[in-house]
Amino acid sequence: MQFGGRKSKVLINPKADLYRQPLQFYGEPPLENISLSEFETLAVERLKLLKTVENLGVSCVKLSEQYSKKLDSELKALNFPYGSDSDDIDKRRKDHISHFILRLAYCQTEDLRRWFIQQEIDLFRYRFKNLDPKKNLEWLHKNNLNYEAISKKDKMDLQLQLVNSSYGISGSKVEDQEFYKVPFQDALDLVRTRKVYLKAGYAYVPHQDIVTIVLNDFRTRLSKALALTARSLPAVHSDERLQPLLNHLSHAYVGQDYSTQKNVGKISLEQIDPLSGKSFPLCMRQLHQSLREHHHLRHGGRMQYGLFLKGIGLSLEQALQFWRLEFMRGKVDADKFDKAYAYGIRHMFGKEGKRADYTPYSCMKVILSNPPSQGDYHGCPFRHSDPELLKQKLQSYKVSPSGISQIMDLVKGMHYQLACQKYFELTHNVEEANFSLSHPNQYFVESQKVLGEGKDIKREKEASQRSQEQSAARGSAAAVNSSQHLAEMTENLDSFFDDA
Amino acid sequence: MPSSDYDPACLPDLLPLYYRRLFPFSQYYRWLNYGGVQKNYFQNREFSFTLKDDIYVRYQSFSTQNELEKEMQKMNPYKIDIGAVYSHRPNQHNTLKSGSFQALEKELVFDIDMTDYDDVRSCCSAAEICSKCWTLMTIAIKILDRALRDDFGFQHLLWVYSGRRGVHCWVCDEAARKLSAAARSAVAEYLSLVKGGEETVKKVVLTDPIHPFIRESLTVVEKYFPQYALEDQDILGSKESMDKVLSLVPMDILSHCAA
Repeated sequence: MQFGGRKSKVLINPKADLYRQPLQFYGEPPLENISLSEFETLAVERLKLLKTVENLGVSCVKLSEQYSKKLDSELKALNFPYGSDSDDIDKRRKDHISHFILRLAYCQTEDLRRWFIQQEIDLFRYRFKNLDPKKNLEWLHKNNLNYEAISKKDKMDLQLQLVNSSYGISGSKVEDQEFYKVPFQDALDLVRTRKVYLKAGYAYVPHQDIVTIVLNDFRTRLSKALALTARSLPAVHSDERLQPLLNHLSHAYVGQDYSTQKNVGKISLEQIDPLSGKSFPLCMRQLHQSLREHHHLRHGGRMQYGLFLKGIGLSLEQALQFWRLEFMRGKVDADKFDKAYAYGIRHMFGKEGKRADYTPYSCMKVILSNPPSQGDYHGCPFRHSDPELLKQKLQSYKVSPSGISQIMDLVKGMHYQLACQKYFELTHNVEEANFSLSHPNQYFVESQKVLGEGKDIKREKEASQRSQEQSAARGSAAAVNSSQHLAEMTENLDSFFDDA
Repeated sequence: MPSSDYDPACLPDLLPLYYRRLFPFSQYYRWLNYGGVQKNYFQNREFSFTLKDDIYVRYQSFSTQNELEKEMQKMNPYKIDIGAVYSHRPNQHNTLKSGSFQALEKELVFDIDMTDYDDVRSCCSAAEICSKCWTLMTIAIKILDRALRDDFGFQHLLWVYSGRRGVHCWVCDEAARKLSAAARSAVAEYLSLVKGGEETVKKVVLTDPIHPFIRESLTVVEKYFPQYALEDQDILGSKESMDKVLSLVPMDILSHCAA
């Protein structure tokens, strides 16, 4: 791939033939020049797409109507090829290039590779299923998968064997579906588990399973390609324009950064304890608890939690007071605190050193960087805690057994953010979270929204509320008029933050 | 021959005779040369010899049949292993820079060992074999031979007695020699039914529908079962044996019988 400063407007693309197909194996990398900004845009948009694929993959049954509808609309919104959308060369080009850019960002570690391969496979499966069935065979052949469909007569002759070898195939299904003769070496997963009929070295694969074969082929190719890409990374990283971009992508968080100053000073220190139980995501709840218990947190924990608190509205003065009070309950005296810890806190707020105003960590960052070790309490509990301990913790927070098992399933599937989202849904008693969790501060804001709505309908007993007599009175009056209701609700929420 | 007549101490005297008079060198060479179609196929083949006192030598290779003969008659190996065909002559592998000496092809080989059937034979155990339990070998060979030919399409199979207590099957088709490691393990798994070790009582569980491979294999077993199990092994002849059999019968059938 060559990168120039100019944007190439005219597509003199030797791969035009490739773009005539609705779906490709990404065997050949793109060979054109693009601008850096297009490079970044394409990559970020594909990343958004893959994240949607991940979310949908866990919240809906894959390939169900709901799944298809949502994925289609996302593909449309992000300008990627969808449906049997014929010949949109621009979209296909975008698909091609963005895939290869993300390879550069996601080939570096096992975790990243696994995630990338999983989402690309799901996307591929979706598109493959949407191919015009008449064009299926043609597509297979064009991509060097030389599978022949067997004749009707052969199908009838072999019907009993086919029924007895393939999963979920009845006599009538044999009649309705195409069966392909595939060399057994290309259908190893089906052979290994004895889920296919074998004769004379050929596997007789029903159409419903041909996807498995194609996907396995895709997985193998992509896996090999990523390994190769990883080896050429040093050369790529030597281009200084690319390294920051690629690092940003693999830790990418494509939403709000919660560093805005607008809610500074809207939280009082007394509110932190009750808030930690009600509105903190599990990682921060855990950090807060550990801080209260041990009157100390190590560096990783201080960063993760400290920045989070900044994000929810703690000012520098409040933060200093907060940490100092807690540490002094432990083994640290005022002097030591000022010497060893105060500087770090001021640094977090951009008042020291290079004066960078650090932003609170996103979920991606918490999950992927700086894993906790002995004596640490930071990280993502869904990712870093031992499953048994995680279960116990959830039990102690009164999460229902069925809820816990749903969460643990998501954890097993490595969908940590979705597990946290499920935790949100269970602790807030809502059916669906209505947001896609990707940042601890987002969790907090959404939680406050949900709890704020509840306040007008049933008065929640929060310790902080008692100091806000006014808002309580306003709240009960608002129950009368529904149109005032909305305005009042927002006012209440604001006044919640108006503090002594 | 009855095991009492064989004495390993005679080997140093017998082996030279064997290698001079009986060993089929020309057929051996003709096989491994594969018609001379691929260049240096025989020359790049690794042989390993196990000599007297368990001395094991690897990376032996030969340019001609004559060289092979001379070396074997000189060394009188107790055991010969045929290895893979490599990218270069194995006996020169040390002269190559690391990484360039690679195994390229190898036949697909199955090793059936009588001791794997110790839990279903009572006449012998370990290295002993007799005509009663050898039937198990016959059954295994017929099942495997059919599957390798009919299901996998292999045609060039060499079945040999391993020398001690089992048989080897060498699948020599070109496609077999070129199989990847993943493919080899997939074939082996396709052919496997018995799962579980010491802790498992019922090591084979069959559910409907029965895959054609299993169906065909059962047909072979059923032919030999009455003679082998009921007569020769007498599985219903003792309480202990009968209990073992009953523990394999599915629950629902047992309760049906009891009623």
